[in-house]
Amino acid sequence: MSRLSPAERALQLTTVCCGLLVAAMLALMLVLAWPLLHSGQLLSLIGGDWQPAAGRYGIAPMLVASLLLAMVAVLLAVPLSLGTAFAAVALAPPLLRSPLMLGVRLMSGIPTVIYGFAAVFALVPLMRQWIGSGSGFTLLTAALVLAVLIAPTMIVFFVGGLRAVPQSYSLAADALGCRPVDKLLYLLLPQAAPAIAAGIVMGLGRALGDTMIGLMLAGNSAIMPESMLSTGRTLTSHIALVIAADFSSMEFKSIFACGIVLYLLTAALVAILRRALPATARP
Amino acid sequence: MRKALAGLTIAFSSAATLLLFAAVLLFVGVIVFRGWPGLAPGLIFGDTRPLDALLLRRQVFDGLFPAMAGTLALVALTMTLAVPAGLATGIYLAEYARGRGKALLSLLFDILAGLPSIVVGLAGLALTIVLHRLFPGRIGPCLLISALALAFLVLPYLVRSVQLALESVPRTLRLTAPALGADKLTTIRAVLLPACLPEIAGGIILAVGRAIEDTAVIMLTGAVASAGVPRSLLAQYEALPFYIYYISGQYADPEELQRGFAAALLLLAMCVVMLVAAQWLARRGSLRRQP
Repeated sequence: MSRLSPAERALQLTTVCCGLLVAAMLALMLVLAWPLLHSGQLLSLIGGDWQPAAGRYGIAPMLVASLLLAMVAVLLAVPLSLGTAFAAVALAPPLLRSPLMLGVRLMSGIPTVIYGFAAVFALVPLMRQWIGSGSGFTLLTAALVLAVLIAPTMIVFFVGGLRAVPQSYSLAADALGCRPVDKLLYLLLPQAAPAIAAGIVMGLGRALGDTMIGLMLAGNSAIMPESMLSTGRTLTSHIALVIAADFSSMEFKSIFACGIVLYLLTAALVAILRRALPATARP
Repeated sequence: MRKALAGLTIAFSSAATLLLFAAVLLFVGVIVFRGWPGLAPGLIFGDTRPLDALLLRRQVFDGLFPAMAGTLALVALTMTLAVPAGLATGIYLAEYARGRGKALLSLLFDILAGLPSIVVGLAGLALTIVLHRLFPGRIGPCLLISALALAFLVLPYLVRSVQLALESVPRTLRLTAPALGADKLTTIRAVLLPACLPEIAGGIILAVGRAIEDTAVIMLTGAVASAGVPRSLLAQYEALPFYIYYISGQYADPEELQRGFAAALLLLAMCVVMLVAAQWLARRGSLRRQP
């Protein structure tokens, strides 16, 4: 490589520093959570329950609530997103397709806190009535809103995959007399399978990483959730809620453990995503 | 059998599309209908005279002015920090980085793009704790820390938009300046960056939209419910999204709730405008690329 000028060195230095910061974040959280991690309590930290008064700082209830909430949200969002992507790519009348995608893009710009705020006053009372007891702040309430929140992300991936099918295949299907719905089912959908898997992973990542919906709607009690109708506290909410505690307490250190878990989950999802899709195919 | 499947698919697709749009319209409708009556002259400045508030002669206690000023200061500071870093990184990744180095760096930025914003906020808080130990009593959660953390959060959006734009400049354009004897840096500055301006502007606006709406980062790094107009980089501050979150759980009377809905409507409108602008710019950029 040829020698770089000072300005080019500056570009390089900035890039490397920003990259190192990403790794440094994990290191910093590990250092701050160290008093909890080093005494061999890793298993009881990950698997134990949250009883700060009794000196037990396990984050298992939060981990379970996070995973449960994210998975149910994805299960709800996949059919919604797949159906909308089908419509936008092939099934809606051609004139409606681009307004449909515009609508989806606009949805992706709605702030999370707005969804949470609207749901507190519109959805929570409905859930309270429907369940018949409790406050209406349940994991299911949060999952319903989260599904709507992550749908645009998934739709963009799905549509990208369905549209990336080579033109020649598409023309061949047309020449055989396929209707749009046949083309979708027997050509586009099988071809786009990796992109659809990637979209689902992406949606799962967004659902796991979201803070405000869980925090505002899921009720936040730090107990192991029994069902989707009970309240729960996600890992992300836990970080937001314990923040007020004394900086030197063990409770406070446990939020760095939550941070580390979330960081590693994200890194794993990113690794899966990179395996499934080459960089060029990502929207 | 196949016919039934086709029919089912069409029915399923229409139902899913309608359901999704109905759900989003329901949420947006609630905000618009309940927020609209709140858009009165007193919403932003309360009982204070607007001029007095703008000149910081008087504090506004019953309006959104402190929260809006806080959000404005926060976003301006965030972008001041993030845009140079994002540009430099995007340019380096697109034009200089090769092989293993590039693969490793883009992996790191992919991870950063996927990180939950609360984790970025937590890193900001960790930084605060470290700084607090180094300078006891001087540094706590504040505007500057929030802006640093938010800048880090939006960095991948900027990097990606710059990198993608540069990488998609057609070869014919890319070769013009070197053919005239320009070196690499001059080519980037005089030819490539101007050609990518709409996409880069679109990326910046997208990042602004992301910075305006984020709540998780700022609630960990210094946003509070009542602080007045931000007076220093090292002071706590109010912000619009945090105000909305706070009102949802802590409103004391119908009047406050009404102001919360109006704040939500304002934030929603800002984000939608940003998004439309970003879309328009990105589209202009890609239209120009067509031969």
